[in-house]
Amino acid sequence: MSDTHAQTVPFVRDTMLPQQAPPTSQIGAVRWLRENLFSSVLNVALTVLAVGTIVWIVMHIGPWLMNSVWNANSLAECRQILAGESGACFAVIRDRWHQLMFGFYPSDLYWRPILAMVLMLVAIAPILFDKLPRKLIWFSALYPFVAFWLLWGGSLWLPLAVIGGFAVGYGAFLGLSRVTGSVLALIGAVLAAIVWWVWLAAPVSSALQSAVSLSIRPVPSRDFGGFMLSIIIGVTGIALSLPLGIMLALGRKSDMLLIKAISVGFIEFIRGVPLITLLFTASLLLNYFLPPGTSFDIILRVIIMVTLFAAAYMAEVIRGGLAALPRGQYEAADALGLDYWKAMRLIILPQALKISIPGIVNTFIGLFKDTTLVVFIGLLDPIGLSNAIRADTNWNGIYWELFIFIGVCFFIFCFGMSRYSMYLERRLKTDHR
Amino acid sequence: MATMPDVRKDGFRLSMLIYDTRYRSITLQVIFLGIFVIAAWWLIHNTVENLRALGKDFSFGFLTVRSGYDINQRLIEYSSDSTHARAFLVGLLNTLLVAFLACISATVVGVLAGVLRLSKNWLVARLMTVYVEAFRNIPLLIWILLIFAIMTESMPAPSAFRGENATSSMMLFDSIAVTNRGVYVPEPLFSRSLGNLDLGIFLVSLDLLAIVAVILGSVLANRKLLKTAERIQNDTGVRPVTWWKSILIFLAPLVVLKFALGFHLGLPELRGFNFADGTFLRNSLIALWFALTVYTGAFIAETVRAGIMAVSHGQTEAAAALGLRPGRIMSLVVLPQALRVIIPPMISQYLNITKNTSLALAVGYMDIRSTLGGITINQTGRELEGMLLMMLTYLVISLLISMAMNVYNASVKLKER
Amino acid sequence: MKKSVFLGTLSLTALAAGFASAATLDDVKARGTLNCGVSTGVNGFSAPDSNGVWQGFDVAICRAVAAAVLGDPMKVNFITTTGQTRFSALASGEIDILARNTTWTFSRDADLKFTFAGVNYYDGQGFMVNKALGVSSAKELDGATVCIQTGTTTELNLADYFKANNMKYEPVPIETNAEAQQQYLAGACDVYTTDASGLAATRATFADAENHIVLPEIISKEPLGPLVRQGDEQWSDIARWTLNALIAAEEYGVTSANIEELAKSTENPEIKRLLGTEGELGKMLGLDNDWAVRAIKAGGNYGEIFASNIGEATPIGLARGLNAQWTQGGLLYAPPFR
Repeated sequence: MSDTHAQTVPFVRDTMLPQQAPPTSQIGAVRWLRENLFSSVLNVALTVLAVGTIVWIVMHIGPWLMNSVWNANSLAECRQILAGESGACFAVIRDRWHQLMFGFYPSDLYWRPILAMVLMLVAIAPILFDKLPRKLIWFSALYPFVAFWLLWGGSLWLPLAVIGGFAVGYGAFLGLSRVTGSVLALIGAVLAAIVWWVWLAAPVSSALQSAVSLSIRPVPSRDFGGFMLSIIIGVTGIALSLPLGIMLALGRKSDMLLIKAISVGFIEFIRGVPLITLLFTASLLLNYFLPPGTSFDIILRVIIMVTLFAAAYMAEVIRGGLAALPRGQYEAADALGLDYWKAMRLIILPQALKISIPGIVNTFIGLFKDTTLVVFIGLLDPIGLSNAIRADTNWNGIYWELFIFIGVCFFIFCFGMSRYSMYLERRLKTDHR
Repeated sequence: MATMPDVRKDGFRLSMLIYDTRYRSITLQVIFLGIFVIAAWWLIHNTVENLRALGKDFSFGFLTVRSGYDINQRLIEYSSDSTHARAFLVGLLNTLLVAFLACISATVVGVLAGVLRLSKNWLVARLMTVYVEAFRNIPLLIWILLIFAIMTESMPAPSAFRGENATSSMMLFDSIAVTNRGVYVPEPLFSRSLGNLDLGIFLVSLDLLAIVAVILGSVLANRKLLKTAERIQNDTGVRPVTWWKSILIFLAPLVVLKFALGFHLGLPELRGFNFADGTFLRNSLIALWFALTVYTGAFIAETVRAGIMAVSHGQTEAAAALGLRPGRIMSLVVLPQALRVIIPPMISQYLNITKNTSLALAVGYMDIRSTLGGITINQTGRELEGMLLMMLTYLVISLLISMAMNVYNASVKLKER
Repeated sequence: MKKSVFLGTLSLTALAAGFASAATLDDVKARGTLNCGVSTGVNGFSAPDSNGVWQGFDVAICRAVAAAVLGDPMKVNFITTTGQTRFSALASGEIDILARNTTWTFSRDADLKFTFAGVNYYDGQGFMVNKALGVSSAKELDGATVCIQTGTTTELNLADYFKANNMKYEPVPIETNAEAQQQYLAGACDVYTTDASGLAATRATFADAENHIVLPEIISKEPLGPLVRQGDEQWSDIARWTLNALIAAEEYGVTSANIEELAKSTENPEIKRLLGTEGELGKMLGLDNDWAVRAIKAGGNYGEIFASNIGEATPIGLARGLNAQWTQGGLLYAPPFR
């Protein structure tokens, strides 16, 4: 080989050739286009189809959006400004912005829901970001009472009296545990707290209120509306359904036949019927099931129903998480001699909940979207308000603008949450893959 | 347990009910049962009391009373002289119809979108992402309302088809009319019809039964043909040509049947206010169907994508090494494996579709919620009985669907040894 | 734990505020506001303005009752109800009075256990069509597609009418007025049927109102009125006589402008009894003697309420028609105040 080589090659190059530019089809935009859009006949067809779709949508909606009117006091005025051209009349959003956000909440008290919202962000911060000081979790625990007081107003003593129930329970626990065992003490504490909440809290708080008046203006829940209502129903629903869902999931996996049967029955029943029938139950039937003469706040009824609904779905999500844990974790917890609750609290649930996070967030997004169904029982959520707004002579006949606005708002909320869940998933990923 | 030293054999003490793990679960269950029974009794007691206070009784007798209202879309015979029970049945069939249609179309859309989202085509993948995110993050109710309104606004009214200077015309040789009231398509008619079979509750067309029977027969015959072909292939290594036999098996009986029954198409025709004749697919049905399809399709797309991503890359590479084309890799190797991951979440999507059909009242589709749960309850004031019946119906439908899907799931599950 | 507390808090407030006793009047006074059920929005009858204040013909009745009972027409809590939830809301005590264009029918009065306080609007179901259809009578509507609002008596009347005239139709049930209007305008239905007042109100907001006509046939009687729970006579009397006071005030020429002056100077004994300067009529209702003065001052007499919300000067432009005083050939006839 070396022989022939030496004879046939008269010239050996001893310097490198300068690099040549790649062919134009292999660089920059052209290459990207070839690889990503026109790699095969099918892809070309798909690309053409996609471009066609986008162009068609832009052609149809573009001019209408470009001609938007933002300043007008009625649809007639909008039409006048547009002078026959097609265009959106987003002036209705401007005119009814407050209503769409807060419903009929008194306008001088808007700071209260806004403050509640800001505090909510503070309260969930320690749950979202673990770098914050742990003490903040106390504020998170107190937040429901603060939010309740801010939103509904009235006497501060009422939430305080309810918090007092915990103190009563804790006191009873300490007192009893000296006398009897801890299990009996726990039962006693729960009973004492229940007695306090059911019979004593209301009179005590009203007595304190008459002694020292600590109250802000009460706002009836019927004045709640718009996105504020959606958020209240969604957030309380999810916050309450999480513990309930955990209990149901544990109940479903329990060895105790009766508890298992009741959990399964409840979950399957709730998952088998549409939310809208449960809401109708809340609005039409709940009065049949309560003692005669009790009337119950409609928003509270809706929250209860939404919570039960979400809890059943949550239970299934968490059950998935529990099932996904390797058996070894359960056995290891047993081997350490932990009792059931300790094993659940320290070993099983933290892992199972972590696995279930995407599902939990999805349930939340679903629940938040489902709050729009309250329009069918006459509550004024954003969609209900859009009906009410269109009943006003000024805005009669407006249609797309309101729905587009509401849709965009929902999109921002839900998309943000789903992105956050993805981030959380990545952050909590501790396995080695 | 017997070997544990701290279990004493001497008698039973009351505190053991709480501290002994053997008895504790029984104690807890008894307490739980007690609470449950008391709660149930309390609810029933309250209901009885309230009903008495209102002077109402609890009876389903209202179902046999004349309903007095009309339903536009009825799959079985119904008029305003029929009973509320029949209205309920009409609504139930409408619910099942739209749920069935939406389940099929959502699966198709979802699988397509899920596969396309993983496409190498940048533009298509982005477009599918936008589609999925838009539908997953905006409430279904808004989509239903928007789609219904878009259909109403963008399609021509029947009056546009009328007169000398009609602005719209029918499609496909004057056989299909797309209006903003719905789509009119030709209806199958039989000049030598076999008549109807009266089942007591509703009529079943014998023509339809005959067609179904013939098609079933053809499928069976074809299967037999393919089996024979396979046997020959196994024996001799040569597969006989079967495609023209298959076509013949399917077509010939149908053609014979067509002439025997005198099959012809009834074309829709503009008469009076509306198109007459033909089959009328109402906009309410189409809008609800379409909205449920694209909404649930977005969710199914996500499950399909997750399922495909769960199939290990080695499978794709192995298939490519065998020389399969990308399309074949997807349909023969990846999708069948992904199916196992996809099916369980798919069941809950089908359940969601069924439950979401209750949003029909936003577009005025007369499903069970609009008939029984809406007008009937309103006219009779029997909300307790009506709601209970309706919830029970939904529950039964849901349980049936999840039962059927679980059976299917078990059949495709990986048989592990 | 968090869960039970929050529920506890809420249910405490709910229960503390919520026991509806037999005497609605005492409840309302104790609460300080009137809970009034209205529709989620019907042009001219009830709708919130851009400040969130409810306006309309039905709303005005609630304001008058609130003024009579509580002395302040703004002390009303408006509770929106749908066609389906309205009766449950009233029966359960969630609302004290329902003013939501509800038709007075036998079964609602007797079977659903409500008491109608009277009629504040005499209505009837009519049809609206596009002029281009060339239809001049409802008898020519055979085969038409008809938009109706669900959850009302409308769908029963419609079924009866078409059956009686041996005609076919295609019903398109729609949940809200706004949607029905959109369907009708787009031509998705040939006819829109609802109460004639609603048709007029809807037609008034069309950009091309002149192209649509309301057909002459009125196929039903729809006496619309406020209603209360059966069994509380005092409360139903208050509702009934507040409505009557508004009607009588118009008959006697008492308006919100001249009422102060009339209360001092009038010599007409009927007016004196109405305005409480003579006799003890208010006491008999469990109110004070100024109740009617306050009710009339809230939004004016019946005629003023009509004129400012749905009358001919408003975009809705309804004529008085049947709803004129009996002296003017209408049906409004308040029983004597004595």
